[in-house]
Amino acid sequence: MSNLTVSNSTLALGFVLVLVALIIGYVEKLRIDKDIIIGVVRAIIQLSLVGYVLKFVIKANDNWLTLACFVIIVLNASWNAGKRGNGIPKAFQSSLLAIFVGTTITLATLVLTGSIKFVPEQIVPVTGMIASNVMVAIGLCYRNMMQTYTDRHQQVLEKLALGADIKLASLDILRDSIKSGMQPTIDSIKTLGLVSLPGMMSGLIFAGVDPVKAIKYQIMVTFMLLASTSIGSIISCYLGYKQFFNDRKQLKDD
Amino acid sequence: MEKIFEVKNLFYQVGETKILKDITLDIEQGKYLTVIGPSGSGKSTLMRILASMISATSGEVLFHGKDISTYEPTEYRQKVSYAFQQPTLFGKTVRENLAFPFEVRKQAFDEDKVIKYLEMVNLNQDYIDKSVNDVSGGEKQRIALLRNLLFQPEVLITDEVTAGLDTENKAIVHKMLNEFNQRGLTILRVTHDESEIESSTDTITIKNGEVQDV
Repeated sequence: MSNLTVSNSTLALGFVLVLVALIIGYVEKLRIDKDIIIGVVRAIIQLSLVGYVLKFVIKANDNWLTLACFVIIVLNASWNAGKRGNGIPKAFQSSLLAIFVGTTITLATLVLTGSIKFVPEQIVPVTGMIASNVMVAIGLCYRNMMQTYTDRHQQVLEKLALGADIKLASLDILRDSIKSGMQPTIDSIKTLGLVSLPGMMSGLIFAGVDPVKAIKYQIMVTFMLLASTSIGSIISCYLGYKQFFNDRKQLKDD
Repeated sequence: MEKIFEVKNLFYQVGETKILKDITLDIEQGKYLTVIGPSGSGKSTLMRILASMISATSGEVLFHGKDISTYEPTEYRQKVSYAFQQPTLFGKTVRENLAFPFEVRKQAFDEDKVIKYLEMVNLNQDYIDKSVNDVSGGEKQRIALLRNLLFQPEVLITDEVTAGLDTENKAIVHKMLNEFNQRGLTILRVTHDESEIESSTDTITIKNGEVQDV
């Protein structure tokens, strides 16, 4: 643990890296200086607050408090995923169900198989990891779905005109959208260890854990993200596609 | 002859724009009715309402005396089929397109039946496994029409399906539609084609969203 030498003063010195981004933005006239500053300030405040909250939750070691953290993370992720589905009715509700089910099943499997313990220092960060990945997956699903319903509008109409049910008329779109949600996770799995040494593993190695043991945790994270993004993508797509049709099984924007 | 459609005081409006205004007409079973009128007059909108692809703002459409909104939409569209002016072929091969009507009805693909239908539109059995990118515009339209007709509906609505086709392709489509009409299929044909209008025995004209004559 003695190797962890980040302090307030080293962080302040590290701020020079933000200046690099600001200088690039200024030289290239990107007009992103305001966004960078707001982003950095928000990150510092949010992470500091979360740091203190986590310290409190871990110290309290209370099951209800741990569950409350789970609920807050899931709600927040759903709200953000819902925003990415702007244009799809009930996107928040669909995201909430998808993230809740995806996160719960994955967490329950990890706890029941003994991979992690039901203690706040394990449940809260793992919930955050799962929910954020499902949130990104759902966002990609929604974006793909909105795009493909526009691109394949005529094809969906023709399938409906041939007497197809809305599911059959949307099957290609559904498959493509589910795939688009899962693809980044699958792609990142392929390059694990070769290109990236992901967060979980890097964190443990930083903390002085034997890399071979750290790898086992990373493999567990890989399994859980694969499962949770699959569940989240399937649920959000199957709930989402129905919103493109009315009760007469007609395309809504037609 | 029995009335297959009874349209009563039908209005269709998008925002403030009235596209169909108080349409009232009856269509008899077995007819080959040609629907004519200037572009933007509301012909296609009326046909799409009859096919239940969109719903009217107000008014009634009865199919066999029953309001079309009381039918289950997918079952209704298997009875009243709509063919588009510029159809798209699904998937990679012609097979996927001709298998689709079987898939809709949860039936196994009947290759013999498909070959028989392909021959009806002057296409041989090799077409089944042809890539959709390798068929011409005329062949594409013929294949698309077969998707509508493999399981004979009661009504076929064709929305300018021969527009852009050459004389040979038009003749093949006309022959096929005539044969189906003689077998009892009611056909509602939207067209701007002079020769099709001239050869029609039953026509209705729609102008500014209103029926001019029946």
